[in-house]
Amino acid sequence: MNSLIKHSVSAALATLGLALTAGSASAYKIFVSNEKENTITVIDSVSQEVVHTIKVGNRPRGIIISKDGKWVIVCTSDDNRIQVYDAKTYAFIKDLPSGPDPELPILHTSGNPLFVSNEDDNLVTVVDIQTGKLITDIPVGVEPEGMGMSPDGAILVNTSETTNMAHFIDSKTFKNIDNILVDNRPRVAEFKNDGSEVWVSAEIGGTVSVIGTADRKVKAKINFEIQGITKDAIQPVGVRMTKDGKKAYVALGPANRVAVVNAETYKVERYILVGQRVWNLAFTPDEKLLFTTNGTSNDVTVIDVASDKPLKSIKTGRYPWGIVSSLD
Amino acid sequence: MAYRPDCTVATGLSLNYNNLTLATAVLLLATLLISPAFAEDAPAPPTAGPAAAAMAADVTQIRILMARELRPDRLPPLSLLDLPPADEGLAGAKLAIDDNNTTGRFLKQNFVLDSIENADPAALVAAIKKRVEEGIGFVVLDASAATVLAAADAVKDKAVMVFNAGAPDENLREEDCRINVKHTAPSRTMLTDALAQYVAWKRWPNWVVITGPTPEDKSYAAALKRSIQRFGMKVVEEREFKYDPGNRRSDGGFEQIQQQIPSFTQKLPAHDVLAVADEGELFGDYFPYRTWDARPVVGTAGLYSASWHPAVELWGGTQFQNRFKRLADRTMRPLDYNVWMAVRSVGEAATRKQTADPKTLIEYMRAPEFELAAFKGRKLTYRPWNGQLRQPVLLVTGKIHVTVSPQPGFLHQTSELDTLGIDKPETKCKAFTK
Repeated sequence: MNSLIKHSVSAALATLGLALTAGSASAYKIFVSNEKENTITVIDSVSQEVVHTIKVGNRPRGIIISKDGKWVIVCTSDDNRIQVYDAKTYAFIKDLPSGPDPELPILHTSGNPLFVSNEDDNLVTVVDIQTGKLITDIPVGVEPEGMGMSPDGAILVNTSETTNMAHFIDSKTFKNIDNILVDNRPRVAEFKNDGSEVWVSAEIGGTVSVIGTADRKVKAKINFEIQGITKDAIQPVGVRMTKDGKKAYVALGPANRVAVVNAETYKVERYILVGQRVWNLAFTPDEKLLFTTNGTSNDVTVIDVASDKPLKSIKTGRYPWGIVSSLD
Repeated sequence: MAYRPDCTVATGLSLNYNNLTLATAVLLLATLLISPAFAEDAPAPPTAGPAAAAMAADVTQIRILMARELRPDRLPPLSLLDLPPADEGLAGAKLAIDDNNTTGRFLKQNFVLDSIENADPAALVAAIKKRVEEGIGFVVLDASAATVLAAADAVKDKAVMVFNAGAPDENLREEDCRINVKHTAPSRTMLTDALAQYVAWKRWPNWVVITGPTPEDKSYAAALKRSIQRFGMKVVEEREFKYDPGNRRSDGGFEQIQQQIPSFTQKLPAHDVLAVADEGELFGDYFPYRTWDARPVVGTAGLYSASWHPAVELWGGTQFQNRFKRLADRTMRPLDYNVWMAVRSVGEAATRKQTADPKTLIEYMRAPEFELAAFKGRKLTYRPWNGQLRQPVLLVTGKIHVTVSPQPGFLHQTSELDTLGIDKPETKCKAFTK
């Protein structure tokens, strides 16, 4: 209860701050998948209010935007398929096939194909988003989850939650090139914008492994310590890095905080108190704001990237899971 | 699926994917045909590689023995839903072998399950000893406390780790603890502390305890009474439920119970909950909805504690349940889960240490950095003072979970999981400090 009160107080204070800064930001739409409610909440990044709710398929989780910015692509896990919605009109466009229990999608840098981790089948599925055809399946470890694409489009990194590996996959031949052991229950894989590193969060291990892409070795392991929070409750999931490669944000699950990490020294610089069970993160394309999905408090927290201060919390549907911003 | 005694061959073959030659492919196909559950579950071969992995020079093999003490004298439980399947526990071992091998194929490790069962404890222990002498380094036991001790002592001079996946008995973790035994089964006090914490959180402080006649029932009641006291609550009355179970079923069969249970629970002092101690599940399920006073029933029936439940989808459990169902054609029971954790512990150690050497793996499983992910929302570790696996305990009804303990507010200086069960300062286990 206590943290809820604190949370709303900080949100209320933040709203005051918002009034001063709102004028300069571009208006983006933030799409939040609500796992338990079968909806997508659409938030306007300037007014920071919910502007629409899209009714979607069952158990929406991983959500991304097409490279041309026109489509919102969401995994509806319990329907075993992927759905495409219009990013402007929110109209349903089409279904795409996937394997069983699709969780996280990622597009090739060229915009097509789509790679999807299927949590229930030890497979990554490759789908042509134009034709809607399944191209192939790539066998990976147990419970495929995180998906990262190297900025040059050459390498796909998939994590498997029970095998505890980051699988490096050639995005053209679909062949598995290397498998790097990380800590328990890896969730998210995020490339640095220059392609030199891929960061992999381990939810149960409580760490983020920094894998150098040149030699594919773990070159650093980031640990988190928060006073008054048991080590067990620090469960890193979402990872997002600024394009200049200087700052990384790591969502720490039931620790209810987002860690701000110096992406050059790997030092944790601060912890931002957000809502409960924070999992996924999304920047606005101008990187002025960062949005977090707080699963058990049914809200997103808006963080001001320049000051690393939480600005506001916005109510979503039940169990917000994935999050992505429109491109304009 | 009927139990196949020769599961070494079936499991080994259907789980090897490396260098698939024509001959081995034929063999593999044959295996799949006689073993449909495996066929369904086996993922596509990712890379070339020999099913004859055991023989391939660059693949290391790790053998794990599952030993089951059959207990034909055990009476079947009341509910048709609870009749134990023939492969109880064993199916959990098979799933863990599958999971280990999916990781192992990337690390050139191959896990093979060997399985024995016997109703005669002495014969079972002798068979375990023989397998250990042939080089097996890991033994997972579903056996009585006495057999666990006998097996552990029979192999104590070898580099072997014995996992107790079935026995909740406190003495195995306390005065009779053994350095070569790890317990993936929660102890009785872990189960009763988990329950008592929730009842305390609900502020239902006054308990009636109904105890059955078996030694196990009495042990459960003793653990429960300790927990009730530990969390500041009170037993207002205890009654022993004496009965002759007779046959499990008879046509009709409810009329007499409908009279019997209300009269048995008449004239109890004011109480908040009624607990039954009936580990054999022979009478506890008669109590809910039949007591004289309208009170919730907890203990081994009604709201009960368990390491696992077939309806749990918390913390990514759905995929785990699905994998199990595809493999075993039934739902996962606590014993399957306990065995899975034991076999996965070996897999986890082998993955991290990249060796098959039992000595190295056993040493690593004893080290503080060893941790297991087991769909409980946090890492699980072994208590360094008695080898008990720390774990959140589910409180469930027959259908679904109600909560998971430890409960909020039950704090601990080391790990909140140590609020469940006998803690380090109270332990009588000496074997680990010598």
